[in-house]
Amino acid sequence: MRYLPKSDSERRQMLDACGVSSAEELFAHLPEAVRIQKPLALAPGISEYEIVQYFRDRAAENANGYASFLGAGVYNHYRPVLVDTVVSRGEFLTSYTPYQAEISQGTLTTIFEFQTMICQLTGMDVANASMYDGSTAVPEAAMMAVRATGKGRVLVARSVHPEYREVLRTYAKHQGMPVEEFGYVQETGAIDLEDLERKMDGLTASVIVQSPNFFGIVDQVKAAAEIAHKNGALLVVIFTEAVSWGLVEPPAEADIVAGELQSFAISPSYGGPYAGIIATKEKYLRQVPGRLVGQSLDSRGKRAFCLTLATREQHIRREKATSNICTNQALIALMATVFMTVYGKEGLRELALQNLSKAHYLAGRVKPRFSGPFFNEFVARVEGKSPDEWNKALLKKKIIGGLPLGRFYPELADSVLLCATEMTKGSDMDLLAEVAK
Amino acid sequence: MYPENYRYTKEHEWVLVEGGTGTIGITDHAQEELGDIVYVDLPKVGTVIEQGKSLGSVESVKAVSDVYCPVSGEVTEINPALADKPESLNSDPHGAAWLVKLKLSDPAQAQSLMSAADYEAYIGAEK
Amino acid sequence: MIDKVTPHLSQNESLIFERSSPGKKAYQLPELDVPAVDAAEALGAGNVRAEIEGFPEVSEVEAIRHFTRLSTWNYAIDYGMYPLGSCTMKYNPRINELVARIEGLAWAHPYQPEALAQGAMEIMARVEAALAEITGMDAVTLQPAAGAHGELTGILLIRALLEKRGNPRKKILIPDSAHGTNPATAAIAGYAVENIKSSETGVLDVAALERLVTDDVAALMVTNPNTLGVFEENIAQAAEILHKKGAMLYMDGANMNALVGIARPGDFGVDVMHLNLHKTFSTPHGGGGPGAGPVAVKKVLEPFLPTPRLRRAGKKWAFDYKRKHTIGRVKAFYGNFGVLVRALAYILAHGGPGLRNATVDAVMNAVYIRKQLEPYFDLPYSQANMHEVVFSDDRQAKLGVRTGDIAKRLIDYGFHPYTVSFPLIVHGALMIEPTETEGKHEIDQFIAAMISIAKEVETDPQLVKTAPHGTRTSRVDEVTAARKPILRWKPA
Repeated sequence: MRYLPKSDSERRQMLDACGVSSAEELFAHLPEAVRIQKPLALAPGISEYEIVQYFRDRAAENANGYASFLGAGVYNHYRPVLVDTVVSRGEFLTSYTPYQAEISQGTLTTIFEFQTMICQLTGMDVANASMYDGSTAVPEAAMMAVRATGKGRVLVARSVHPEYREVLRTYAKHQGMPVEEFGYVQETGAIDLEDLERKMDGLTASVIVQSPNFFGIVDQVKAAAEIAHKNGALLVVIFTEAVSWGLVEPPAEADIVAGELQSFAISPSYGGPYAGIIATKEKYLRQVPGRLVGQSLDSRGKRAFCLTLATREQHIRREKATSNICTNQALIALMATVFMTVYGKEGLRELALQNLSKAHYLAGRVKPRFSGPFFNEFVARVEGKSPDEWNKALLKKKIIGGLPLGRFYPELADSVLLCATEMTKGSDMDLLAEVAK
Repeated sequence: MYPENYRYTKEHEWVLVEGGTGTIGITDHAQEELGDIVYVDLPKVGTVIEQGKSLGSVESVKAVSDVYCPVSGEVTEINPALADKPESLNSDPHGAAWLVKLKLSDPAQAQSLMSAADYEAYIGAEK
Repeated sequence: MIDKVTPHLSQNESLIFERSSPGKKAYQLPELDVPAVDAAEALGAGNVRAEIEGFPEVSEVEAIRHFTRLSTWNYAIDYGMYPLGSCTMKYNPRINELVARIEGLAWAHPYQPEALAQGAMEIMARVEAALAEITGMDAVTLQPAAGAHGELTGILLIRALLEKRGNPRKKILIPDSAHGTNPATAAIAGYAVENIKSSETGVLDVAALERLVTDDVAALMVTNPNTLGVFEENIAQAAEILHKKGAMLYMDGANMNALVGIARPGDFGVDVMHLNLHKTFSTPHGGGGPGAGPVAVKKVLEPFLPTPRLRRAGKKWAFDYKRKHTIGRVKAFYGNFGVLVRALAYILAHGGPGLRNATVDAVMNAVYIRKQLEPYFDLPYSQANMHEVVFSDDRQAKLGVRTGDIAKRLIDYGFHPYTVSFPLIVHGALMIEPTETEGKHEIDQFIAAMISIAKEVETDPQLVKTAPHGTRTSRVDEVTAARKPILRWKPA
């Protein structure tokens, strides 16, 4: 087998040195009762060609060559060529977690740069080296707020991604962390501040909002912050569309910013792997979950980086750790770092502007349902056609339409969530609008 | 090495009782075991802590150690120098690097703790 | 004598921000085919940011040089062996990278209509089936993103079952040899942790278990083989003790590389377990992730699995969201699909017999290393080891040299260190796992290096204590890094 670098004669030599006459003897000490009774019911190994063919056949059974208007937490953005060039280097792809700083400065340096760029984008003081994804970053942020405030309750906006809220509930259930939702305003699609005010109390640890929210609306972050802070709670701002940071004002009033970096050259890949982040103010540093890379000096006085503040983490603090996270998303975060480097200061802004322009062109053709300001997604409905009917007609033209919202918001069952990015063609938007008529 | 007028615990804390006030710290043995100290986590002023319960922790790069309260009381002062210079715990654990001062609820509790001689014998046996 | 490495010139490189200057670009966007909108008009002036201060501005050439130079400062599996215990740093097959990037898979949106995602769903179903077969369990969820995430899922499953039976119970028993994620996970799942001390021989103390399992105990979390690399020979008995008291057995699958094709956890009483695809199934570590932590369960736990589940609907696959008893979601969407693709490529390449052969080679390599190093390093537990072996630094500690120092000196010999100071039940542990993808030559070089260092400890301990000497970065001051954290670059 091509991944096993031993010849039979070498195996014999090694078995001799082990003092056994056959490889089976190495397992002789296992109780008979635990041994497998028959060989694994898996076909024998196949060739490289056959493996590639298998996956090509599966890929052909997925959508190919469709234009897509899906967003809803996963976005179609162009992936610069440099991204795969860099992450394909064996030194990045096949290296381990950088616990041994002397031989991991490549990884450590790129993580330090990543942490810096996230702070620059979000306006926060410190960012970690990644969480699994945006959805798990939400409960991690909520648990952080509980540790920081000593209070137990979470108030989360309904306009936060529905699956993110589901994940929050799964985690919260066993933490003794009550979760309550507050609504959005029918007309604007922004959070309902009155509803938030009504539900707010002195026992709340955090208020969680998303901006741009699930409906694409750039939300009332400042106002939410006021209500939260007035009552001694932290404001957590979630994001799912990282490209929006190219244009949208970062939330200076937030205590924690958490979200998803998939837009930064991470393939949609049917749901993962992605990379989440948590960023926060200096004063909450010791409550941050996950790895942190810090700057220091080596014994020769040269600048060097290392993992730091590890006493927050599971391998030291065990049951009192800030999180149980160990493996995170380092290589994925590196993709984002290369993306951010390639686009840079001007490029990210231009990219965001293109996204904004494309979506607003579409909104000129298909009227948005909400009046609030939106980035590259908006909710729309069509006269006389259900979302399913509209999408069925679009599929005939090899277009995947917007996400029907009925599955998440029964009151919006007649609407879809449309997304347009820099990759969306004007002609496809015209076609989508045509079919809507 | 170990001040005669202090009392000591098996968890390597010391307490100096002066009337109704107790000053608490960790012993030289504790700081040596921990290595270079990087951070100290202390309770807020006003916190009431029972004997034996954790009042905070001391961290080195690779380890965390809970600090257990030798005698019950209410926190009246925390050492302001430790936030900026946690390393003073390595150099002067019995003096300048005290952790907290308490208003003792039962000063007599200190009697049941070890004397300096007993503590030295205890750590000698541990080695 | 060090013959595996030679000092070489490596490029220096600053931080990308230090290379930036205004106006440099590494990108070009196409012209808009729609009118440009004014951001302030569209979003409201208050919502539009000023420039992203300090963000990089470099050309493509500088970008490529930057990351390439940085990469040369890393060690990697592609360079040589990582003897890290319980990490299973095996070769990352390159075909995995190719198939994961096939367009129809890489660009699949999780919300695209199921009729247009059948290929992705078929892959997931195939992975579920293969992992169930390998573990001897009845059902698998692919949703968890990593091992710790899988552990949390598994413990939540146990809680849900026990709750349904009337009492979720209060504690989880965890051996003192366990990985730190185990107790951290138990705490997040709302359980108190009770430590169970290993026996004198380093394995599960069944008598202690019998005493400790009360009606308050929800489960025992066990790693098998344990973190000493030793098979828990009493595990079936442990399972019985737990089940008799209505408690469950969770297995941390981090060490599955010793069992694939040899023994199946489902056959020896495990109720629920997680797998680390980035360990046993060769998906790349990438400097710290991504991973995937699928969870395999016995039938009794199936109803509680995270939603949605794949099910067959006629000739097609569909997602079933009507799961009344589910614990809910542990992650958005379906799991780290791209990692699942890589793991499946690995499974297809080996096949059933091949997977078993890999396990045999993995154990052979570890036992070989044990035999060769036993004369030089203290072996605290003498039973048969499987895919990894744990020594202690007792002998060297007498001369003032600890496991951490030996590990750093190993770097000078051209290797990544083994796992230092874990498991905690061994004083000054050296935890070594070669994996099956190391050949005799590399392993012999590793053994020679370790023996040479053992000799250096006697003749020149300072050399070892101040290692590494040959790297471009010497020992980093982790104390100052923790006392005065600097976690981001700031302009001067």
